[in-house]
Amino acid sequence: MPEVLKAPLVVEFPFTRSLGPVQGAFLTGLREQVVLGVKTSDGRTLVPPVEYDPVTADEIHDMVEVAPTGTVTTWAWNPAPRRGQPLATPFAWALVRLDGADTALLHALDAPGPDAVRTGMRVRIRWAAERAGAITDIACFEPYDGDPGRPARTSGQPGGERVTGIVAPARLDYTYSPGRAQSAYIAALSTRRTVGERCPSCRKVYVPPRGACPTCGVPTAEQVEVGPRGTVTTFCIVNIKAKNLDIEVPYVYAHIALDGADLALHGRIGGIPYDQVRMGLRVEPVWTQGARYPDHYRPTGEPDADYDVYKELL
Amino acid sequence: MTREESSGVRDIAVVAFAQTDVLRTTDDVSEVEMLMPVLHSVLDRTGLKTADIGFTCSGSSDYLAGRAFSFTLALDGVGAWPPVSESHVEMDGAWALYEAWTKLLTGDADTALVYSYGKSSPGSLRDVLTRQLDPYYVAPLWPDSVALAALQAQALIDAGATDENALAAIGARSRQDATANSHAQSRGPVPQGDYVVRPLRTGDCPPIGDAAAAVILAAGERARQLCERPAWIRGIDHRIEAHALGVRDLTDSPSARLAAEKAGAFERPVDTAELHAPFSAQEVVLRTALKLGDDVRVNPSGGALAANPMMAAGLIRIGEAAARIHRGESDRALAHATSGPCLQQNLVAVLEGEPR
Repeated sequence: MPEVLKAPLVVEFPFTRSLGPVQGAFLTGLREQVVLGVKTSDGRTLVPPVEYDPVTADEIHDMVEVAPTGTVTTWAWNPAPRRGQPLATPFAWALVRLDGADTALLHALDAPGPDAVRTGMRVRIRWAAERAGAITDIACFEPYDGDPGRPARTSGQPGGERVTGIVAPARLDYTYSPGRAQSAYIAALSTRRTVGERCPSCRKVYVPPRGACPTCGVPTAEQVEVGPRGTVTTFCIVNIKAKNLDIEVPYVYAHIALDGADLALHGRIGGIPYDQVRMGLRVEPVWTQGARYPDHYRPTGEPDADYDVYKELL
Repeated sequence: MTREESSGVRDIAVVAFAQTDVLRTTDDVSEVEMLMPVLHSVLDRTGLKTADIGFTCSGSSDYLAGRAFSFTLALDGVGAWPPVSESHVEMDGAWALYEAWTKLLTGDADTALVYSYGKSSPGSLRDVLTRQLDPYYVAPLWPDSVALAALQAQALIDAGATDENALAAIGARSRQDATANSHAQSRGPVPQGDYVVRPLRTGDCPPIGDAAAAVILAAGERARQLCERPAWIRGIDHRIEAHALGVRDLTDSPSARLAAEKAGAFERPVDTAELHAPFSAQEVVLRTALKLGDDVRVNPSGGALAANPMMAAGLIRIGEAAARIHRGESDRALAHATSGPCLQQNLVAVLEGEPR
């Protein structure tokens, strides 16, 4: 049995999110070093503010400024900061109830060590040097033993252009392993062979194999080499060029039933004008130097296959 | 809700349960390759074939695999021909079981296959789980799952509800009980270890593992035909609390309490409770919220501190509770599943065996 393959897989995406009136006001405020809460109908002030009362579900939008100082309601010492977290040196996670607020905000607390942190301790916001209208405009909290801070302003709304959206980049790192069956398929491709697996129950040969017969729900193990030639069972003509794809349009994308396979796989058809591709066309793979899978399939020159031969594979 | 409250009066039971061993890595098998033996095992226990199953429901998460629509490939293991009636929840399989239970209550099906699976090994689970948090105010700070559980643990310690020694004892008891569970990942004495995020040490945190689990539900007489002592579901309910951690009292779990009440858990005492408490301090919260006395056997399987496969650990709690009833070791059991940070969402099922 060939070795099971593994490879790094990075999923990275800049999530662009629009903000409503409440979140927009809050994040605009942070940019201006102003912390805004929202008033509920029963008079509580929620910081960070939300658009709907978590108790009554009423829509709320009455913004009120709170102080940049507050009290730790609970905390946890983080000895080994992870990528993306607010501080690179050991810090405390803390829920902080700002003066004037009835709920607590989660953020990092910069302190020399766990002995310097306790529930009930007084802290204040340390602002980021550059602020863009995001929760990270608060760099962190820091210990503070002075009087409660005063709101910086008296009117509710901060100045400047309003923040209407955030871009939240996210990156997760994985080690992808395709498992036994697909590893065998990929390993065979490296020697320009195509290997499927036969279902022990219905005897169909699946390409690419996934280790299970999707019809019978049983494991497949018997390897069967298929192709290299095959038959176009159905196709479409692609007219829009995909980003980062170096293929001229229009081109043909087809389902191809390799000889000996009971399932069509898909591939691009080349070596023939796009408008002459047809169902039943006999094709063979074209490999480019160093490629790990066929670049495309081209006509073999054989007579077209009879419809009856491939109609079950459409 | 309890069965009596629902419109139907069908009795529905868990009639079979199967699970894989929970392993730190399973990269030699794909998800469907990991899942298939469990599906076959649970079907074999009842003699049912896929084609006999009225409804199929699964739970899993794309964020664990790092791939979109990953659950569709797992369907290969079910054998979806002829076409099956199928659904999926992007949650722990306990919630897939809830959906299947309601489907059976409607009378549209008499049997249901529920399965769930999760491979945590491809990614960094602590980082992956940050992506379920509020994307505006919290996720950009990347607070990981241990950090959030540690905030809850400190709140409990400050409230005088527990201390670090008591938390260590919960972990030790769980892994001692797990010595009787061949599927568990972390069994026997384990050093309490260093702080991961203080006040939680490694011994207060669940092992990270991959696994799959499956149960079969059946209604009425069908359940009696398929199982000698069905585990009748007397009620299931699930409740959620506010997303913002700073709005909640982390020392309490009103959602778990309400779910238990609506599931009928407080109508008569239970003898067993399978709690999905991935962190030691969460067991303290749940024991109080669910009003479990010292006479209730809590997590005889070892619970989530011995094995906590994402998306399957909650379904396994229901399966373990049901299996205890099947074996005659319990007459009335409570099963609990959780999701989200600091016990944000909670599901409670009450299972009963008929008098012997």
